[in-house]
Amino acid sequence: MRAASLERFDGLADRFLADIEPLKEAGALVVGIYCTYAPRELVSAAGALPVGLCGKKQAPIPAAEKTLPANLCPLIKSSYGYAITGTCPYFAAADLLVGETTCDGKKKMYEFLGAVKPMHIMHLPFATGAAQEAYWTQEMRRFKEFLESATGNRITEDGLREEIRVQNEVRRLLARVLKLSSGACSPLSGLDMMAVSEAKSYVADPRAYAAMLRDLAAELEAMARAGQSGVATGARRILLTGCPVGRGSEKVVRLLEESGAVVVAAENCSGVKSFDLLADESGDPLVALARRTLCIPCSVMTPNAGRLSLLDRLTEEYRPEGVVDLTWQCCHTYNVESPMVQGHMLGKHGLRTLHIETDYSEADTEQLRTRIEAFLELL
Amino acid sequence: MSSRVYGIDIGSRSIGLVVLGEEGVEHSLSVPTTYDVLKQCRAVLEGVSGCLAVATGYGRKLFLKEFGVPGRFGRVLDITEIQAHALGARALYPTARTVLDIGGQDTKVIAMTPGGKVVRFEMNDRCAAGTGKFLEFMATALQTPLDRFGGFALGADKRIAISSMCTVFAETEATTLMALGERAENIAMGLHLAIAGRVQSMIGRIGCEPPLVFSGGVARNPCIVRLLEEGLGMAPLIPRDPDLVGALGAALHGKALLSKQSSLEAV
Repeated sequence: MRAASLERFDGLADRFLADIEPLKEAGALVVGIYCTYAPRELVSAAGALPVGLCGKKQAPIPAAEKTLPANLCPLIKSSYGYAITGTCPYFAAADLLVGETTCDGKKKMYEFLGAVKPMHIMHLPFATGAAQEAYWTQEMRRFKEFLESATGNRITEDGLREEIRVQNEVRRLLARVLKLSSGACSPLSGLDMMAVSEAKSYVADPRAYAAMLRDLAAELEAMARAGQSGVATGARRILLTGCPVGRGSEKVVRLLEESGAVVVAAENCSGVKSFDLLADESGDPLVALARRTLCIPCSVMTPNAGRLSLLDRLTEEYRPEGVVDLTWQCCHTYNVESPMVQGHMLGKHGLRTLHIETDYSEADTEQLRTRIEAFLELL
Repeated sequence: MSSRVYGIDIGSRSIGLVVLGEEGVEHSLSVPTTYDVLKQCRAVLEGVSGCLAVATGYGRKLFLKEFGVPGRFGRVLDITEIQAHALGARALYPTARTVLDIGGQDTKVIAMTPGGKVVRFEMNDRCAAGTGKFLEFMATALQTPLDRFGGFALGADKRIAISSMCTVFAETEATTLMALGERAENIAMGLHLAIAGRVQSMIGRIGCEPPLVFSGGVARNPCIVRLLEEGLGMAPLIPRDPDLVGALGAALHGKALLSKQSSLEAV
């Protein structure tokens, strides 16, 4: 059975535009963001509204390929396609955009996007350490100044600290909800888990979202206590890792669950990767934001040992029976990391990994179904 | 009730059927898939009856949907091609440890334990590089019937490297060589070398434990067989009907389920 409170999350993205209308009328700017590295706390502290931008569907890709090379990752092509075809309502609503130089493809795409909307670029270092942290804090400061001048509002230390506290609370609650899948019978399917965490990017009021998460957690905890499950019994427990997935690019999660498995944990940045890290609520808030985001174990980081330790922890907590490593085509950093992940999961945990490299199209659906079913047969 | 079981392998290029009775294989055949898959399935099943059907191959879900309602065949199940080829190969060669299956649009390498359990597999992605489709395209480009293409390539007097594995680009490369006046047999050999090289690297990723069983329609191609033998340093075992290995495996899966059930009933 499916938890009743899940329905409230289904429509969040659709309601977002209506929800922000009065705030926009009162003069609030909308800032479009693409990635987990974007400090949404700064956006909110400036009195602006952060929103996740579209980039998870195949539809606008042909339009993007008129400008961008075809052999580029689908996330970038989809994002750009949405931007130039005017088919993403969130992009249309955005007054400003922020991008982080996470990968080569994205940073070059931002150069084109800058011609469409005012765009602020944050230059992300690719390693952790004191020097990188100081540099990234400086990038936080530059973004703060950009937001202040664009909105005309001053970002105060107290205001920023309050937004950090709110986002930390959202992360704690998301972690609490996701953690329920570590039990023997997961009360939540992987697709529902994805929808709940993705909704975070489309909420006008993070406090209201936190309240919804609290209700959901309570309902799911009651279900778990009553032994009620959201998934079929005997479903193979899968740990998903690799590139982010979301509504429109959920093909692999859907195929896994159609084939009788359940995604009990998603290590990717649409899953646990980013909820796991809290920002320090005392001290200099800009340093806290820089420190938190720089620890995200994204494959753009080098070395990226954090991903393996996160996988270790998730393996211990969620007891998966197999690992699926999803790489979007031409995402070089995740693709290169794949043999490392496979070797680590087999060597340390005795877990097999299925590596899937695909894009957002449905062209290989049946081929993938065969590979996924055969993989599940092996477990 | 009849304990007759049949396996049907619905591939992109051909549909194979194997009917297993008490005494073993009662009937088998293979027909082209055509664009009307269900019509071909019906034609293949004409006059066949049993208590359990197991479908595999690309069309297995379609088959399940269409024939899965209880009727003439009793229960209908499906398994993946990976399991089906492993089961089929082990039945034909009980010591087999590796299966190479090159079909119409997929190439698979399957590694098994000494006991026959599948431990790993590799499969090409959506691209037709290194599959039967690739050979079919190239045979057409060189105006040779597909079933004679391997023998034709063996008439080469030198080995040219064709570097592209993409079906379309390889055709371009072949066209360039034709324009340079290269012998068609040598171009054909170059194309076969390209496939064998790709297959060998897939086998290399899995680690090839002998004996290696070569199934799927491409196993009928003598040039591919010879190049693999050279490259791997071992002769692959080739079933008499390589394109029926999947259907045989599917039928055997059904048989195993039946006997498990009857042993449970006996208890």
